[in-house]
Amino acid sequence: MSNPNNLKYTATHEWVRTEADGTISVGITQHAQELLGDMVFVEAPQAGRKLQAKEECAVVESVKAAADVYAPVSGEVLAANSALDGSPEQINNTPYDAWIFKMKPDNAADVAALLDAAAYQAVVDSEAH
Amino acid sequence: MGARPCGLALFYWPKATMTTLKQTPLNAAHRAMGAKMVDFGGWDMPVNYGSQIEEHHQVRNDCGMFDVCHMRVVDAKGDGVRAFLRYLLANNADKLTVPGKALYSAMLRPDGGVIDDLIIYFMSEQWFRIVVNAGTADKDIAWMKEQAEEFNRHLPQGDAAVVLSPPGGKLDRGTLENPHPNPPLGGEGTKPITITSRDDLAMVAIQGPNARAKVWQVLPQTKAATEGLVNFQAADCGEYFVARTGYTGEDGFEVMLPKTKVEEFWYALNKAGVKPIGLGARDTLRLEAGMNLYGHDMDETVGPLESGMAWTVDLLSERDFIGKAALLANPPSTKLVGLLLLDRGVLRDHQKVHSAHGTGEITSGTFSPTLEKSIALARVPKGVAIGDTVQVAVRDKMLAAKVVKYPFARNGKGLV
Repeated sequence: MSNPNNLKYTATHEWVRTEADGTISVGITQHAQELLGDMVFVEAPQAGRKLQAKEECAVVESVKAAADVYAPVSGEVLAANSALDGSPEQINNTPYDAWIFKMKPDNAADVAALLDAAAYQAVVDSEAH
Repeated sequence: MGARPCGLALFYWPKATMTTLKQTPLNAAHRAMGAKMVDFGGWDMPVNYGSQIEEHHQVRNDCGMFDVCHMRVVDAKGDGVRAFLRYLLANNADKLTVPGKALYSAMLRPDGGVIDDLIIYFMSEQWFRIVVNAGTADKDIAWMKEQAEEFNRHLPQGDAAVVLSPPGGKLDRGTLENPHPNPPLGGEGTKPITITSRDDLAMVAIQGPNARAKVWQVLPQTKAATEGLVNFQAADCGEYFVARTGYTGEDGFEVMLPKTKVEEFWYALNKAGVKPIGLGARDTLRLEAGMNLYGHDMDETVGPLESGMAWTVDLLSERDFIGKAALLANPPSTKLVGLLLLDRGVLRDHQKVHSAHGTGEITSGTFSPTLEKSIALARVPKGVAIGDTVQVAVRDKMLAAKVVKYPFARNGKGLV
């Protein structure tokens, strides 16, 4: 699966989708879910929480490991995806639909400055030696 | 996203190291079957071939095969090898009376720390086969050879059953309460104990309710010799050494065979419908089955009585063994218990466990695919009882867990 061109990415394997109203949805990439394996638990941040860019704000746990999810930009949490509580495997099955939380970014420019699909792919390639 | 230090130390994630990893003879087969490979204690091993949870259920419900070539087969041979093992190991080799029968045991340091846990197979009074863990194999063999030399030093005196106890200990004639007196030792023709690492052998575990039938389909020539095997018994079928043992809590075989034949055997099993299973599912299967993992649930710094292995240690008989004096002198203040997480989340190694009797620590934690809940083994103060509720520190929260008896699951069924 290739990384969709309409999304932005972080070097720490989060994807970011800008919605029509300027809010963003955040999830973890295909590469990240593949590294972690079968997902069994997601702990998302609560609505209203103020986040700084790169702050640890969610945890995804697979059978074999726990991993932190970082805020891609600064802003306020609007919602957590409660559908993942009962079926965290959605992250494995459809990583780019399985958003973990939504945010209102402090600055839209911060989102624009994130990696595009090609730049993110270069990060993935460099990690594989 | 970033890996947390609380994750399983088993998996070095996310980056592969640049050092040269050791490979089993099945390395190319794993890659051809789509395995995701990881660095497992210096070995390039398959962690899964797709979904770890599916592989787990595959073994509980049908059968699967594991590459366990990284584990080491060691042959102990010579006259009086039983007497040697009686002293070397915490469990009593005299429990083995029927040829082929196997015994699980700890091998202890003189101070009682666990050097390794292993299985011995009684093949004859001149031959016991031992299977040890991969990561500990070299130090195990060095230790066994050192002890064997000490044993052999007594051969010329004709009393090789006399083995020196640890410094300050007493001599043990080994035959006082021994229902299996040793053949006369010493003098002309007595063969000294030899410890041989069988680097020419490979090992594959086939596990699950249908495992034995699949092995017989692929190796029909072994059926006659192996269909009567009870649990924990092996048969030497020429090139194939077939043992009804495993590390999953399911029925099945562990097959030792020449390295040169293992790839052909692996593909033949696959053709017969046996799916490959990675180390990820091996870990969840063994933890559900309540089986210890060396380096996690016990190591050289803790004794067997603190590690859920009291049932394998015989302290009541006259028999002396390495580590016995230390175990008697230091009664344990902690014990290993099972935990079932009541709150949402996943228990992991090294998380702290808070109880009314003091603090303990998780030694192995994971998500149980059979129970669909998180489970763990934890070392806790002795006063903690089955049925107690304890608090586990998971990141910035305290999660409630119930203290339970383990195994958590065996033979396809959850037990908790």
